[in-house]
Amino acid sequence: MAQEHAAPIHGKDEGTTTGLSHRKMLMWAFLGSDCMFFGSLIATYLVYQGKSLEGPLPIDVFDIPVTSISTFVLLMSSMSMVLAYSALTKNNMKGFRIWLISTAIMGATFIGFQVYEFSSFANHHVEIDCVSPGELTKYEQHIFDDGCSSGEAHAESHEGLKPQTNLFGTTFYTLTGFHGAHVTLGIVWLLSLLLLSFKKGVITPEKNLDVDLAALYWHFVDVVWIVIFTVVYLFGVFPGF
Amino acid sequence: MSQELSEEEHTGHPTAGQYFRIAVILCAITAVEIGIFYLEVIGHWMIPILFTLSAGKFALVAMYYMHLKFDHNLFSYMFVGGFILAACVISFLILLFGVYS
Repeated sequence: MAQEHAAPIHGKDEGTTTGLSHRKMLMWAFLGSDCMFFGSLIATYLVYQGKSLEGPLPIDVFDIPVTSISTFVLLMSSMSMVLAYSALTKNNMKGFRIWLISTAIMGATFIGFQVYEFSSFANHHVEIDCVSPGELTKYEQHIFDDGCSSGEAHAESHEGLKPQTNLFGTTFYTLTGFHGAHVTLGIVWLLSLLLLSFKKGVITPEKNLDVDLAALYWHFVDVVWIVIFTVVYLFGVFPGF
Repeated sequence: MSQELSEEEHTGHPTAGQYFRIAVILCAITAVEIGIFYLEVIGHWMIPILFTLSAGKFALVAMYYMHLKFDHNLFSYMFVGGFILAACVISFLILLFGVYS
């Protein structure tokens, strides 16, 4: 509890009635409202889960190992962001810039993974051997029934997952697309701060609120992804959910 | 360690070493989540287990990286208020549409 009283409070010199920075309070109000924004998108995804009339479905397209790597990258970017803020408060400008650019690079890597994922989903291709089809998902069984009934040796489908394909595609791309847009905006914000740090007196250990606000936003997109990864990806391919 | 603690008490925020340890814990929880995901024997227990682990990660980032544990309580109320509303929206929509009934 002693830590609470020792915590630096931005705004104590701004003469606000609460003694708290209005900008920081506004950022927390925004993050609270953004919780509701993502909450409604997650709710829509869950409500329409399993209601798609045709595939591909989550179990057909999700690649959990790839998404796990992108999740790891985003978690690490949160660590580098706090280290950037920590370096700034210790007047280590070089360390601040290195950690800040690392955060932006990891954010861009996450977006790269998302672009790869979206394009692989959109170009999803299924080929099934009619003689020994192996274990099939509901969607693959549908392709098998259609293709193999006509006496072909292979049944195949080039129908990828696009926003207009089915309810899963619509809700999935809306949710993860908005999250990706948030991450992209965060990268632009971080790079802007990096440029401003070269301007004398704009970002200093004493004037660190701009960095603090950007860090809050960045960690928020991280916590949203923690929820999306579990609810959409891990639960998405679990048959009982 | 004592140096780290005194630094923490001075600034009110965790040290770089503590941030790193939290990152290691977050990665470990994610690894456990993925491991559990591939364990078929867990069955339907997987959902509450993954949900708990995910909530733990969420809390760690919010408390330590977003400094809610160390900042003024009003910030926590604003964020948690929005979060609770979001959780209510999700719960009520799921109930309204009878998703799992």
